[in-house]
Amino acid sequence: MAKETKSKWNGFSLKPRKEMPEGLWMRCPACEHMLYRSAVEENLNVCPECNHHFRIEAATRIKYLADEGSFQEVLGDLTAEDKLGFKFRDTTYKQRLKAEEKKSGAKEAMRIGKAFIKGRGVVLGVMEPNFLMGSMGAVVGEKFCVAVDKAIEETLPLVVVCCSGGARMHEGVVSLGQMAKTSATLAKFDEAGGLYISVLTDPTTGGVTASFAMLGDCLIAEPGALIGFAGPRTIAETIKVELPEGFQTAEFLLERGFLDMIVHRKDLRSEIARLIDYCGR
Amino acid sequence: MRGSLIIKMPDNNNKIGNGDYLDFEEKVAELDRQIEELRRLSSIKGIGYFAEIRRLQREQVTELKRVYSNLTAWQTVQVARHPKRPLLPDYLDLMVKDFRELHGDRCFGDDRAIITGFGQIGREKVLIVGQNKGKNTKEKIACNFGCPNPEGYRKALSKMKFAEKYGIPVVTLVDTPGAHPGIGAEQRGQAQAIAVNLMEMSRLRVPVICVCIGEGGSGGALGIGVADKLAMLEFAYYSVISPEGCAAILWRDGSQAPDAAEALKLTSGDLYKLELVDAVISEPLGGAHRNVRDTVYNVEKYIVKTLRDLKRTKIDNLLESRYRKLRLIGKCSVTSDSAKSKPGKAKIKSTIKAVPTKSRRIPAKV
Repeated sequence: MAKETKSKWNGFSLKPRKEMPEGLWMRCPACEHMLYRSAVEENLNVCPECNHHFRIEAATRIKYLADEGSFQEVLGDLTAEDKLGFKFRDTTYKQRLKAEEKKSGAKEAMRIGKAFIKGRGVVLGVMEPNFLMGSMGAVVGEKFCVAVDKAIEETLPLVVVCCSGGARMHEGVVSLGQMAKTSATLAKFDEAGGLYISVLTDPTTGGVTASFAMLGDCLIAEPGALIGFAGPRTIAETIKVELPEGFQTAEFLLERGFLDMIVHRKDLRSEIARLIDYCGR
Repeated sequence: MRGSLIIKMPDNNNKIGNGDYLDFEEKVAELDRQIEELRRLSSIKGIGYFAEIRRLQREQVTELKRVYSNLTAWQTVQVARHPKRPLLPDYLDLMVKDFRELHGDRCFGDDRAIITGFGQIGREKVLIVGQNKGKNTKEKIACNFGCPNPEGYRKALSKMKFAEKYGIPVVTLVDTPGAHPGIGAEQRGQAQAIAVNLMEMSRLRVPVICVCIGEGGSGGALGIGVADKLAMLEFAYYSVISPEGCAAILWRDGSQAPDAAEALKLTSGDLYKLELVDAVISEPLGGAHRNVRDTVYNVEKYIVKTLRDLKRTKIDNLLESRYRKLRLIGKCSVTSDSAKSKPGKAKIKSTIKAVPTKSRRIPAKV
């Protein structure tokens, strides 16, 4: 089936990802339209022409999702330790972390805290795509588990916006262990009867998909988000086959039965609030 | 009879052929050639070169000891991937009595990369869940070179649930380069299958022992690797990403894999030091592929002993300690937290400050 499909579409990240150009104007990577930057920002960072959902940083996500000023961050100061003493090329993991912190302004690839969504109290976790591709290391795992603990303690629903390239290889097996750790904590949450809404945004791949992202009681995805286990490039290189169009998009996963719903960014708040009303206590 | 799993009993000393020497074993290979030559000569001429042969063998043992006591990470990876390294069928043959394979995930198919079934190890009835790479080309293709598909993980889980129902402990043997990255695997939810396994294995109400016998490749290995006790063979490796993959991403050059292997700290010794594995099972001199029986015996000894210990523990305590153990992986403490580092008055002040914010509720805006 896959061999027959011959289209110009060649997967998500086979081409180098186009960075958003600075300035007043920007080009949508999906429909190539020139867009006025502030118009896009007003439209919740969604392309007004083609509905392409741009990647947004954690702070913006929190602004869009939580009631104004309601986000109370927990463990905001937690920073990664270099347990392995990881060195690559002529840099070290520590230097890389500092550079990422400078670049993205975030301390780690996840922020957690208590917040209100349309007046419903939740424990909110948001991943930061600009910090080392939102990869999961010990800190992300720990923060996630603390968020779950908080949700159990205060019987609040847990909402996590996933956006990650997977496990962080600079932390070796420690980051792999975070998959087991977060999943085990979610098992506790499940037994405590908590509601866990997992929001999958572009991109959610690797170890994050294969642990807490896919374990939500309810799985919501943003339109067109890349969601999968192995990255498209890895698959294309391993099996030497052209990938079918729309492979690993949210729509593809919905069709295969792995998602509950695909929700536009502007409806995310109301949709989550509705779900909490149905299931929350 | 074992159906598809019948294999030849391995020789006690696994015969190492010409192509089976790793590139750092040149001297060992040379000594083997000399010994072989002397043996050939002695059979032709009728003269016993026993003293000579024994001297060479002694020299070889010293050389093997020297080489294998300071393997680099990349060399360990090579040993773990050695074509003659004992695979799941060897363990099933030599360690498990009366193996009854259970097939199928009741949903899509029967993945040959993960083999499940009941058997006896020592005197214990257990459920074996193991990853199989296949011995020859035909088997390798049948089991997808040890890369499981989602149906394999779902099969493993359904059999583990079966075992849980009857209180049968689970033993998993990990040996995979990683979960299969393919179109079908993604369509059938590779990530979801692994995620569910992680969650369910963490609360399986029977003792779970995991032994990494060769390659522990990322999520593919972890998918059956959440356990009360995780052990590794001495020259096995366990990693978050293959060294080649890591090199391709961070070094932008796949041929830098040796450097990546070093940096990833994927050997049993390193992982033991990092407290990520509970035990390291020693391998015979010159690696598992040189003596299959001893390797399997060592693994069996470990499993029997650990199982005995785990069975003594109450299941609730066992589950609690399994959870604690998982929670402690990569435990990070807040180092820059102001409340902790401030002394005396400042600390009290900040604590007082922190209290009212805790109880204050923020009015909701709808």
